[in-house]
Parts: sequence; structure tokens; C-alpha cells
Amino acid sequence: MTAAPPGDRAGGIGAGPPERTAVAAGASTPPAPRTVARRLLRSPTFLVGAAVLVFWIVCAIFGYSIAPYSPTAISYSLHAVNAAPSAAHWFGTDPDGRDVLSRVLVGSRAILQVTPLATLLGTAAGTVLGLVMGYFGGLVDLVLGRLVDAVLALPLVIVAFLLIVALGASTLTLIVVIGAVFTPHIGRTVRSAVLGERELEYVATARLRGERAPYIMFVEILPNVLAPILVEFGVRLGYAVFTVATLSYLGFGIQPPTPDWGVDISANYIGLSSGYWWETLFPALAIASLVVSINLVSDAVEKVLAG
Amino acid sequence: MASYLVKRLGLAVVTLVLLSMIIFLAGQVLPGDPGRAVLGNFASAQSVRVFDHRIGYDRPFVTQYWSWVSGIVRGNFGISYQYNSPVAPMIFSGLWNSLKLALLALCIIVPLSIGAGVLAALNVGRPLDRIISILGLSGSTVPEFVSGIFVIVIFAVVFKLLPPTADSGAGAGFFTQLDHLVLPAIPLVVEFFGYISRITRATTVEALDSDYVRTAVLKGLRRRTVIRRHVLRNSLLPAITVIASQTGYLIGGLVVIETLFQYPGIGDLIYNAAKNKDFPMLEAGVLAIGVIYLLATLAADLASSLLNPRVRIDATR
Repeated sequence: MTAAPPGDRAGGIGAGPPERTAVAAGASTPPAPRTVARRLLRSPTFLVGAAVLVFWIVCAIFGYSIAPYSPTAISYSLHAVNAAPSAAHWFGTDPDGRDVLSRVLVGSRAILQVTPLATLLGTAAGTVLGLVMGYFGGLVDLVLGRLVDAVLALPLVIVAFLLIVALGASTLTLIVVIGAVFTPHIGRTVRSAVLGERELEYVATARLRGERAPYIMFVEILPNVLAPILVEFGVRLGYAVFTVATLSYLGFGIQPPTPDWGVDISANYIGLSSGYWWETLFPALAIASLVVSINLVSDAVEKVLAG
Repeated sequence: MASYLVKRLGLAVVTLVLLSMIIFLAGQVLPGDPGRAVLGNFASAQSVRVFDHRIGYDRPFVTQYWSWVSGIVRGNFGISYQYNSPVAPMIFSGLWNSLKLALLALCIIVPLSIGAGVLAALNVGRPLDRIISILGLSGSTVPEFVSGIFVIVIFAVVFKLLPPTADSGAGAGFFTQLDHLVLPAIPLVVEFFGYISRITRATTVEALDSDYVRTAVLKGLRRRTVIRRHVLRNSLLPAITVIASQTGYLIGGLVVIETLFQYPGIGDLIYNAAKNKDFPMLEAGVLAIGVIYLLATLAADLASSLLNPRVRIDATR
């Protein structure tokens, strides 16, 4: 695992959050796609992560057909409410008599719709920001750099939280806000990758040819910084799941009645003091397994791309 | 050194001003009409107008921002919509409670993750190294409320060892408070273990690779002496400055933990302010977290420049 050398923080754009950044992956030329695929298939980290991730994707698509019961059917009969795990209900039932296993299986859908879209949006915007900052440098870099710093001065969840409270919670707001708070983070990574490319000869050649700045940025430089952007996308996807789950738990993310793990945890949390642990533990395990699987996959990809 | 200090402080002030603008924009401007947002859809147009006038929303944006900022500089953070009383004392008591929790968490995080990082570095490439790195990676990516649920289920529900809520009531003694704060501290430890152990591992590996360690080994020093005197001394300083820069994030993680464990800290305050659309409280709370983060980063940068002259020279260039 590559950690940024501690010395590079003070002179750069400010200290980062407790996160991995993808700068290191851009240091060397990435190996050919077929080599990448072969090495990934030999990495146990990747295989375990991919298996769990694929499981949740299948659940997101076919969850309603796989689920043994209807995840939304409410029943208040005495034996149906808060029932402990049994042969009929493997994960027990919740305070509304709904089958927890069914809700866990279906609960992956909303979060797996929101997070890739938000990450894609943030990666696209961050790439543009990073290219502009890195390529132009000087005053542009200084001014945008201060703005990036100001946003990075707050924990990601809090920025997202503040914006969603201000704008009102909805799925679209969630996607846009998470995309927006990721933009400076990704911009910073892309910027440092672009700084390394800017001084290379092919950029100078393009400039002497009389190419315009957008052409040089998007056609000449962009293909050469794709590896760190790809790695950053994977890392961010993990954080998007982290953030969406947290916001949903706080009541500012995915909104009920859409089945969601974070929402279920906050709704059933009160039952913990009565000993109904299955209502919160299984959704919590689901979130943990999804986040960890995404990070195992992106960690393996990062290692393989770095060579 | 002086010019580095001035430059670093100047940048921090600029960042702080920008931060305050972003927060103000998010709190005052984005919600549209705060009177409507606070009073709800059923309030009459008249009462919304009265509310907006009382908080000064009908004045120009720059005037509003100026009166907000100049109030903060004089210690007046505004009046809470929920409690109808000044925000500042509540923010400070919340910060104090959060500080206790954060300190306890740091007391566990620092020795644990530095120890694990050094252990991983001494076993580079072996299974132990891989296990520590996977554990750290998993821990730091699982949301705090999820690991919080795990510890509550294990320690409070199944084994009934510790209380599931963090608030020990007014006037509780030191050990009662400690008892209540141990469970909430664990998710924070899990969150930060990965990052700090990774940094420690990286700096230790670097130190182990260095010429002076090779020299120390070759001149016949015992392995334990080499590690203690030559490796650790050089690898721990950068790790410590990194820890300082993470303090702000520790405070950020508190929002979720304090809600989960019902602890009256700054995070709980922000969460309740957001739920009740109490914008003055929300803005002051978020600003307070931003300021703490900036101070922590500043302290970390100054510490690393004091310890390492190369950083200082590089930054003033």
C-alpha cells in the first residue's frame, strides 16, 4: 500500500483526509489491459472482493425475485413482529413484521444506483478541474486551490450533510451533492498527475504545433493520466457507499419507503436495547461487506496498475 | 522560519474566510426562504415575512454575511431557532464533550496503530503484514455507525459488559464517564487505525531501507537496539505529524458516533440543528469543526517543518 510521503503535504495543496489517493499509480506507464486482467485473476484480494460485489449487484437487479418474502409486506400479528431468526425467517423480522433477509437482499438496489452515478459525476467534474488547475498553473491554480482547500477543510460527510439539508433530500440531490463534494478530492489527484505530464516533451510539441489548450488537455494529457483517474474512481466509489449509507442512516440520504440498509438501521436501532439485534446487525453486515468488497477490488486494481 | 510561518498563517486565514463563505452560502442562501423552511408550508405569508425580517433575510446578501462574520469575531454566533437562546455556549459545551471522547479515542488509536504499523514494517510481505493492511483497509472504509452497531451488539447486547449510551448524566465521576465513553471510542479507533498504521508502516519501511540502518547492522548492533535507536526515532516523527492532521477528521466522525450513542457533543448538536432546520446552530457548528481542522493542520505543518528543515525551505520557495 502506497502512502504519500509525509513531506509533500506542507508545500502542496493541504493535508488530505484519512484516505488513499491515487497519485502513486500514475508514476509508471500502466501495463497492457490483458496483463492487467491476468494479474487480477491471480489476486485473491480481487477474487474475494469481486465475488461479494457481484453478489450484491445480482441482488440489486433481481432482489425482488430472489427475496423469500415481500420486503415491504407489513404484518402486525403478535408472532410476526420482532421475531428472532428461525427456519422460516433466517434473519428474523422487524417491528413491522417484515422479513429482514428480504429487506437486506433488496436493500442493495438504491445504494448501487446512487453511488456509481454520483462517483461518475464527481470523477468527470474533478478530472476537468484537475486538468485546468494542473495545466494552467499560476493564478488559476492558486485561486482554485484555495477553494479546493476550503472544501477539503471539512469532513466529506459534513459538507454533503450541510448541502443536502440546505437543498432538501431527494435521490437527485443526493447524486449531485456527492458528485460535487467528490469533485475537489478528485481534482486534487488529477492535478498532481497533470503536473507530472505538463513538462513532458509531447505537451511542448503540441503547444509548438499551435494546438489550443482544451485540445492539449483532453486529447494529449488526459489519456496519459487515465490510470490514476481509474484508481481514484474505485477509491471514491467505496467512499460514496460510505457516505450514502451514513447519510441514509442520519435521515438525509435515501428516503423511506425505499428499502435501504442505513434507513433500516436507524429505524430499528431502538430495538437493540430490547435485544432485537438481528434487525440492525444484518443490514450493518450488508453495508460492511459491500464497502469492503469495493475496496478490495479497487486496492487490487491499484496494485496491478502500479505494476 | 518566520516567513514560512507568516505564509502558512496567511493561507490558513484565506481558507477560513472562503470556508465561512461556503458555509454561509449553504446555510442562508441555498434553502431559499428560511422563514418558509423553518415555519413549514402551513405558516401564513405574514408570519414568514416577520420571521425573515427578524433574522435579517430581507437585507442584501453582503450585509447579512458581514453581520454574521462580525458577530462571530465578537463571540456572537447568533440565536438558535430551536432554543431561542445564543448558540455560542451550546457550541462550546458540545465541543468540550466531544473533546473528551476524541481524546479517549486518540489515547487508544496512537499506540495501537503505531505498534501495528511498525509490526507490519518488520514483517514486510509476510502474512502478518497483509493481515494488518487488510484489517486496516476494511476498518477505515466501513462507516462509523456500522462498526458502532457491531460493538453495541457484541459488548452491550450479547455480553452486557458496557452501557450502550455514552451520556453518563450530569456530575458523573471520571470512571463512570470513562465507562460510558469506551464503546463510542472503538468505532473511531477502527476508522483511523488503517490510515495511521499505513503511514507508520511506510515510514518504517523507508527507515529500514536506509544507509544508516545498514551501517548500524553492519557495525554489529543488536537488532533490537537498531530498531529502537535508529529505525523508530526516524519513522515515528512523520507519523506523529500525520496524526495531528487527522484530528479534525476525528471530530467529523463524531457526528455519526454521537447520534448513535446519544452523546451531547458537537456532532449531536449539528445533527439536531440540521433536523430542525436551525441554521444559525448548524452554521456555527460546521464552522467550529472547520476551524478545528484548520488549526490541527496548521499545527501538524508547523511541527513537521520544525522537525524537518527540508519541508520549510521547499514551501517558501
